[in-house]
Amino acid sequence: MSQVVRKISCIVCPMGCSGEVTLENGEFKTATGYTCKRGSDYAKLEVTSPKRMLTTTVRVRDGELNLLPVASDKPLPKNKVLPAARCLAGVQVVAPIKEGDIIYENILDLGVNIIATRDLAKR
Amino acid sequence: MNKQLFDVVIIGGGPAGLAAAHSAKLNGAKKILIIERDRELGGILQQCIHNGFGLHRFQQELTGPGYAQRYIQLVKEHPEIEVLLDTMVLQVNKDKTVIAVNPKQGVFEVQGEAIVFTMGCRERTRGAIRIPGKRPAGVFTAGAAQRMVNMEGYLPGKKIVILGSGDIGLIMARRLTLEGADVQAVLEIMPYSNGLTRNIVQCLDDYNIPLHLAHTIIAIHGQERVTGVTCAKVDANMKPIAGTEFDIECDCVLLSVGLIPENELSEEVGIALDAKTNGPIVDQRRQTSIPGFFAAGNVVHVHDLVDFVSEEGEIAGKYAALFAQSKLPENYRTLHVMAENAIRTVVPQKIALDHVSLDAVRLFMRVGKPEENLMVEVTGAGEKVLASKRLPIAKPGEMIVLEIPIDKFADAGDSIAVTTRQVVKA
Repeated sequence: MSQVVRKISCIVCPMGCSGEVTLENGEFKTATGYTCKRGSDYAKLEVTSPKRMLTTTVRVRDGELNLLPVASDKPLPKNKVLPAARCLAGVQVVAPIKEGDIIYENILDLGVNIIATRDLAKR
Repeated sequence: MNKQLFDVVIIGGGPAGLAAAHSAKLNGAKKILIIERDRELGGILQQCIHNGFGLHRFQQELTGPGYAQRYIQLVKEHPEIEVLLDTMVLQVNKDKTVIAVNPKQGVFEVQGEAIVFTMGCRERTRGAIRIPGKRPAGVFTAGAAQRMVNMEGYLPGKKIVILGSGDIGLIMARRLTLEGADVQAVLEIMPYSNGLTRNIVQCLDDYNIPLHLAHTIIAIHGQERVTGVTCAKVDANMKPIAGTEFDIECDCVLLSVGLIPENELSEEVGIALDAKTNGPIVDQRRQTSIPGFFAAGNVVHVHDLVDFVSEEGEIAGKYAALFAQSKLPENYRTLHVMAENAIRTVVPQKIALDHVSLDAVRLFMRVGKPEENLMVEVTGAGEKVLASKRLPIAKPGEMIVLEIPIDKFADAGDSIAVTTRQVVKA
């Protein structure tokens, strides 16, 4: 049996706990050194299927600002973050916009929506 | 010219100012004014579109604009709070008159019973760190680039080198990558990064952006536009080591080399500043050296979490409101708080003791360099330990917080010290 220990720094909150994850034959066994459950959950996910939130901007027409900040409503697979950002680079919305409005539904068929993270009034 | 009167005048409408205004209202102030120089409230939060804000305060992970919007809403609910946008404060006088200017009113004056300084901080520039070389276009501070990319819709360059691994630099490395730019490297003159671990992981490691520790830029090249930089490894005294030079081709250099509290206004009034934090010396109520003048947020000391900025704003707003109503409890003694050993800075620097307040005092501290297995102790007269905290790891980039019940100070003498000692690993 092959046992691997990986050091994983938690990124859930700014505390940045560093702990260790033990894998046995590529399967998750234990996570130690994290000060909360979210930390050990993150570490488990990070060694099995890493996920990240995406925050970026889309263009706005007739808005008080030229850009609207947006975020994914849940984390997406790490390797889909860049493709999703590139997809949103071509999107334009029209003001006014409310925080929480869905800007892009089911991006890249990942079951993740992209939502506005602020109100933006009409110019 | 008739001068408008306010209980509390707040200078700066970022997170500290918003929290101060809301808290001043909750603590009895009837007329509150926020003066903001930008076109909207929220301050730098509006350009920090990444998430990670508000875990303490709202128990959810918000983006900067999301966090700002929650506070703006709180402020807008109260007609007692007036807001002047696009308005720049030119001068604050000892008698608490504030001279400001905006396109609608021209130059005008308002009068406060109490003043709260919440101007935040600004970035150190190329001039502050003296990088030799030409003066081509394409050199920006990371925060200026952040505003460009996230609010105005311009890319500062396509091939980017970032100097300094503070959080803004790290966040911008990821941001520019997502927007299609090519981030060549992040250089850090110190042998460690001052950025949060989570930002090194999710902003650099995720995108294979190299971080060169103990490296700096020794020359910027280019006539009209940046064409590249020469980098070198530095020794323990931060001097470039001959023979370690290498060039990186780029069209843009971003500087993330530290923040300085913005205290021109406070200094002009004659408020005493702390040489280490570069912010006003304050007591636990965030009152400065001049009665009736309060300060909170990054203007006092640069924070790493906006949640703590809001907390500080609330404290300053509360006591400014009490001062305006002549309800600020009388001090019978003031304690000085000293930072010793590994602790470089501590806020508040003073503790005002009265017979009324029951609020516990929270000390916010930073170490001067990374430390391991540290015992932080707050000691009063006769070396009596008032509070302690054991830290497996302490980094300059991560604030240390210690809470002390107010009654512990009663027999602590004239000063307390925050000191550290090494402990053996458990």
